[in-house]
Amino acid sequence: MSDYAIDVQGLTKQFGDKRVVDGVSLQVRRGEIFGFLGPNGSGKTTSIRMMCGLLTPDAGSGQCLGYDIRSQADEIKRRVGYMTQKFSYWDDLTLRENLDFVARVYQMPDRRERVERTLEELGLAGRARQLTGSLSGGWKQRLALAACLLHEPQLLLLDEPTAGVDPTARRDFWEELHRLAARGISVLVSTHYMDEAERCHKLAYIAYGRLLAQGTADEIIAAQQLATWTLYGDGLVELAQTLRDAPGVEQTVAFGNALHVSGRDAATLEITLRELAQQQQRRLEPAQTTLEDVFIYMMKRSADNFGSGARP
Amino acid sequence: MTLFSLARWWGIVLKEFLQLRRDRITFGMIIGLPIVQLALFGFAINADPRHMPTAVVLHDHSEYTRSFVTAMRQSTYFDIAGSLDSEEAARAALAQGRVQFVLMVPPGFTRELLRGERPALLIEADATDPAATGMALAAAGEIAQSVLRHDLRGPDSRLAGQPAPFEVRVHRLYNPEGNSQYNTVPGLMGVILTMTMVMMTGLAMTRERERGTMENLLATPVRPIEVMTGKIIPYIAIGLIQATIILLAARWVFHVPFTGSLVSIYCAALLFIAATLTVGITLSSLAQNQLQAMQLTMFYFLPNILLSGFMFPFRGMPQWAQYIGNVLPLTHFNRLIRGILLKGNGWWDLWPSIWPLLLFTAVVMAIAVKFYRRTLD
Repeated sequence: MSDYAIDVQGLTKQFGDKRVVDGVSLQVRRGEIFGFLGPNGSGKTTSIRMMCGLLTPDAGSGQCLGYDIRSQADEIKRRVGYMTQKFSYWDDLTLRENLDFVARVYQMPDRRERVERTLEELGLAGRARQLTGSLSGGWKQRLALAACLLHEPQLLLLDEPTAGVDPTARRDFWEELHRLAARGISVLVSTHYMDEAERCHKLAYIAYGRLLAQGTADEIIAAQQLATWTLYGDGLVELAQTLRDAPGVEQTVAFGNALHVSGRDAATLEITLRELAQQQQRRLEPAQTTLEDVFIYMMKRSADNFGSGARP
Repeated sequence: MTLFSLARWWGIVLKEFLQLRRDRITFGMIIGLPIVQLALFGFAINADPRHMPTAVVLHDHSEYTRSFVTAMRQSTYFDIAGSLDSEEAARAALAQGRVQFVLMVPPGFTRELLRGERPALLIEADATDPAATGMALAAAGEIAQSVLRHDLRGPDSRLAGQPAPFEVRVHRLYNPEGNSQYNTVPGLMGVILTMTMVMMTGLAMTRERERGTMENLLATPVRPIEVMTGKIIPYIAIGLIQATIILLAARWVFHVPFTGSLVSIYCAALLFIAATLTVGITLSSLAQNQLQAMQLTMFYFLPNILLSGFMFPFRGMPQWAQYIGNVLPLTHFNRLIRGILLKGNGWWDLWPSIWPLLLFTAVVMAIAVKFYRRTLD
């Protein structure tokens, strides 16, 4: 058995003349929570679908839990729990009926017992006879997670599982993910939330179908070699405008009353900012470059390189 | 706020046009349905069927019998398909629907004719559908009045006057009273089954796709054949319930004779339901959404109702329409159900309509499995 739950090389998928995924290679270790980040339409969903055999890659190869993603899709499907981006259980079935269906399809030996236990664990035993369509978003998401864990998969593929879910439910969800990872289940999870990204063991960042960075959060931040400073005060919009073409400044991002200013040339950036802070009597502090700074930086650079400029 | 803003209204109009243009199948239907309807109603349907296959059983040969046969052919109602040896062979041909009429000339016909004894010719008609036989039988009576005027010359010309020198006796088999309900009510069974079965299964698969549950289904280890057949089973049950309701009405409300066995009826219904459900499943793998599935159902339903012999006599249609009709399962089911109820046909007589249904089901099922996408590609 390889150490990797997912090990794919050069995955490529084209729809019409648009290359949605372009040479994506990534490795996810067993028992690891792997965050998959990238702007909308960057190819995250398509990549995940290729990994679990729902789409055939145009090029590239790889393994999922040691099974070939091209020829052994059936084996993979049996051992992977896939949570779709859009809730995809049956609204016109009750909670128990949905879980029961999943258990039957995966030929679970102790089906009845397992369904009841799952309902208990979810805290949904009292609502087992309620129609799924009447659940709120947070409960639907919990049900979906429970349903894709029902057959005890070794790998979870979660496609934006917390989109539209409130912060408390999100926190509970991530605690559950960490418990699962501690039990040796590997998780690949796509997300747009930075706080979630920071809770992953490893991250990959994809834009325009290309993988731009891969590693731990610290590694990804370090790799971009960005120096960041924070400017405080009023009139940040005008300030950002003036800074746009200033020497050493590559990016400005507003966070409330503070403006993050980043650039690769740390020395020039510092001179520019110190001069400006003195002129305008502003408070200036050196800052930690955050994941968000780095991701915005990478996205802009990739847009300059690959994108036609227009983003959806 | 204005009560009616042209700009707002125009926004709606434009949006509808754009959406209509994107929906290829709907657009195709808008163009295709009128063309198909025109072709079917304009060319295929004929309420006065001619050229119906007729067999002859001749126990007596003479110029008079030949004249009569020739006159039948010239009337254009009858196409002489061939000659048979016995009454039994003739009955079998009628039961299986290979011929619509059998003309029987008894032994000694010519001798009795010339003696002035007014012998009788017998025409046996498959009168399951009274509309198909009525005109032809009327024509046969007129032929008898006039046909021998030229042949009877010299001393025999005394026979040529009124009444005709021989009699044409007509046996309307299977539906002697010419009750058109006996033909329509069993036919309705297939029509109702076609409509509901195709539509319900057609929606079954597109619904999964529209609601996004298809992706979930594809991500599980379920196999295509399991999905297809699994989805079909509940509708088989529904189909059998519908069949039962129609049969009860046929028996107790319309008093249709139940000549054949109930077992054969249900076997035929089951076979037909299977054929129809595979059509539904196939349409649903072609359609992108539920609306398209409904439209494809209509597109399938139209030729079935018009070309199957349900509404208009099958034999009245031109050859090309009969070829199409022979591909449709409803055509064969109509023959089966009428054959069982009215003719009391056994398995041997039913076989010519059974194998096309089996073949149809197998072919369509193969198409369905081929079109079912295991991936989202």
